[in-house]
Amino acid sequence: MRHIISILIENESGALSRVAGLFSARGYNIESLTVAPTEDSSMSRMTLVTRGSEQIIEQITKQLNKLIDVIKLIDLAESQHIERELMMVKIRTASETRDEIRRVADIFRGRIIDVTPTSYVVEMTGTSEKLDAFLATVDSGTIIEVVRSGPTGISRGEKGLHL
Amino acid sequence: MELSGGQILVQSLKDEGVEYIFGYPGGAVLHLYDALFQQEDIKHILVRHEQGATHAADGYARATGKPGVVLVTSGPGATNAVTGIATAYMDSIPMVVISGQVPSPVIGSDAFQEVDMIGITRPCVKHNFLVSDVNKLAETIKKAFYVATTGRPGPVVVDVPKDITDPKIKVPYKYPKKVEMRSYNPAVSGHKGQIKKAVELLLSASKPIIYSGGGVVLGEASKELTEFSRLLGYPVTNTLMGLGAYPATDKQFVGMLGMHGTYEANMAMHESDVIIAIGARFDDRVTGKLDLFCPYAKIIHIDVDPASISKTVKVDIPIVGEVKPVLEQMIELIKENKKKPDKKALESWWKQIKVWQSVKCLEFDRGSRLIKPQFVIEQLYEVTKGDAYVTSDVGQHQMWAAQYYHFDKPRRWINSGGLGTMGFGLPAAIGVKLAFPDADVACVTGEASVQMCIQELSTALQYKTAIKIINLNNRYMGMVRQWQEFSYESRYSHSYMDTIPEFVKLAEAYGHVGIRIDKPEEVKPALERAFAMKDRTVFLDIITDRTENVYPMIEAGKGHHDMKLRVALGTSTDRELA
Repeated sequence: MRHIISILIENESGALSRVAGLFSARGYNIESLTVAPTEDSSMSRMTLVTRGSEQIIEQITKQLNKLIDVIKLIDLAESQHIERELMMVKIRTASETRDEIRRVADIFRGRIIDVTPTSYVVEMTGTSEKLDAFLATVDSGTIIEVVRSGPTGISRGEKGLHL
Repeated sequence: MELSGGQILVQSLKDEGVEYIFGYPGGAVLHLYDALFQQEDIKHILVRHEQGATHAADGYARATGKPGVVLVTSGPGATNAVTGIATAYMDSIPMVVISGQVPSPVIGSDAFQEVDMIGITRPCVKHNFLVSDVNKLAETIKKAFYVATTGRPGPVVVDVPKDITDPKIKVPYKYPKKVEMRSYNPAVSGHKGQIKKAVELLLSASKPIIYSGGGVVLGEASKELTEFSRLLGYPVTNTLMGLGAYPATDKQFVGMLGMHGTYEANMAMHESDVIIAIGARFDDRVTGKLDLFCPYAKIIHIDVDPASISKTVKVDIPIVGEVKPVLEQMIELIKENKKKPDKKALESWWKQIKVWQSVKCLEFDRGSRLIKPQFVIEQLYEVTKGDAYVTSDVGQHQMWAAQYYHFDKPRRWINSGGLGTMGFGLPAAIGVKLAFPDADVACVTGEASVQMCIQELSTALQYKTAIKIINLNNRYMGMVRQWQEFSYESRYSHSYMDTIPEFVKLAEAYGHVGIRIDKPEEVKPALERAFAMKDRTVFLDIITDRTENVYPMIEAGKGHHDMKLRVALGTSTDRELA
């Protein structure tokens, strides 16, 4: 099953490599990983998407907790949560396809944030499935490049991951 | 008080109560060595190779329970230390390793003797620190000792760039009394509800067994384990790392378990209905094939490291906490409980165990005209009255030492269990002897293992650590040869050496006493002679039966109930290999 593990970690040099190294050393897979400092700059928040059996996910969370730099973590997939991913897609346009691409981007609540006579950059946020669906709609031959942030997420309700 | 970085480091170690540093100087740590030179409290032990420094510090730590301290230079000094760091990591040994690093401004430029020590050691340390500010040096050292010695212990590396120890830069010094880390809070006492549940399950068992490991030694809970076990009257088995945590000569002790454990310990594990694992981690050398592991048992597991619980074997009642307070609580609850262990069930369980014991799985050919390695260990046990510190290397000799030296006290059996590091025994013995100068310290080794850190004989002379090296010389890498005999139709691929040094001369060249023997009747007198030389390191080169194998054995892919026993005692006498 897919799990989204959200981690509060000391904002120290090398902290990211401890997490990445743990996954490679123990043979766990990482689907995506995002990291940035929080409102308290001494901490970073990391969102990690991984897959595995219950037993493997249990080991992953235990091993992550064992890292000295990890302050706290939760598995978002265990409760109600919201997840979002940011994507930017650069699409080659021809005069006869420009309107169509705009319309499709509109339907997906995407925004065109860069325009040249021969290209658009579409910005879009949503669940990973939504972004996949948009890419499936666009003629793959016209896509110049795709940049995705990987999912990040937050739990619903009052409770949260903080100190 | 204003001190330079080098002085701060030395002063911090003093304030931490460090007695010995095991190290080797080099460019990046010259400032530090200069600060060391100008004091007399901390004794520096100059090894001959950095691997020796880590193993010696490790031996010191295992024997005393105090953290071992290592000091090495950058680059090759640091990489040479890695094997010893990994060894300590696998066996959860508290150790602080200070490695020099090139000056901060040139880090990352492939400077002379630069390696990314933080990156290299990351997978084999409990934690590591790169010091980036001399003002934080003392606090970092404090944190290093705190992390290394609390929770599940382990090695911590502190990488110190040369500019941090610059004698020209002085800053105020204050060694923190304690540190707190918001990201590190190891569990101490276990969950009360879980402990209660565990006690209920234990008291309702009819075929129980206590399986205890190195965590009992590390957690200083030997006394509690013994009281707990006697209170219940259940059989006790120890892992390789746990030997000595429960007295081996006690009638409830059924021997070591696992690959080369006793038949009775493994059979009892297999047939048991309740297992309590105490400070043990279900290592693959203990469990055998996981699908076949203890099929009828409910399992209780006490461990300070949550990640050790249900890692390989799913347990029924996990208890996260230090072994000692958890056992104390359990003892309390057992005493209070109206329910007592089922006497009848226990009687028939012990009867069954006696039947397994009657197989006498550790018997060997006592009539051989060649020296049997098992016989040497038995004689060592007698000559030292079972009270020596025994270090070992890795291989057959290690298993024989574990099987035939009956450890009654914790911290007496010092070996590399998890990583299985050849070369560990000799430097570890030096570390032990420094800690306990009046104790008998024996290093049980083989002619292959001992050559991996043989240079430390020189260290042994310099610091007059009078250790006794018991070299079981079978002219083979015995354990490799044994596996090749069993699994590769006796194709002994590179498991022997055509050129083995004359160890007697070698020992003498290093300034020690060398004795070579090849007859069984010489074993005891030679051991007595060696241990009588209180102030000399003695290298006993004992020519043993080269075809001897370690029995019993669980071969790869088999379960506890499927042990290979020594067949037809006596038939291996004088068998020479083609």
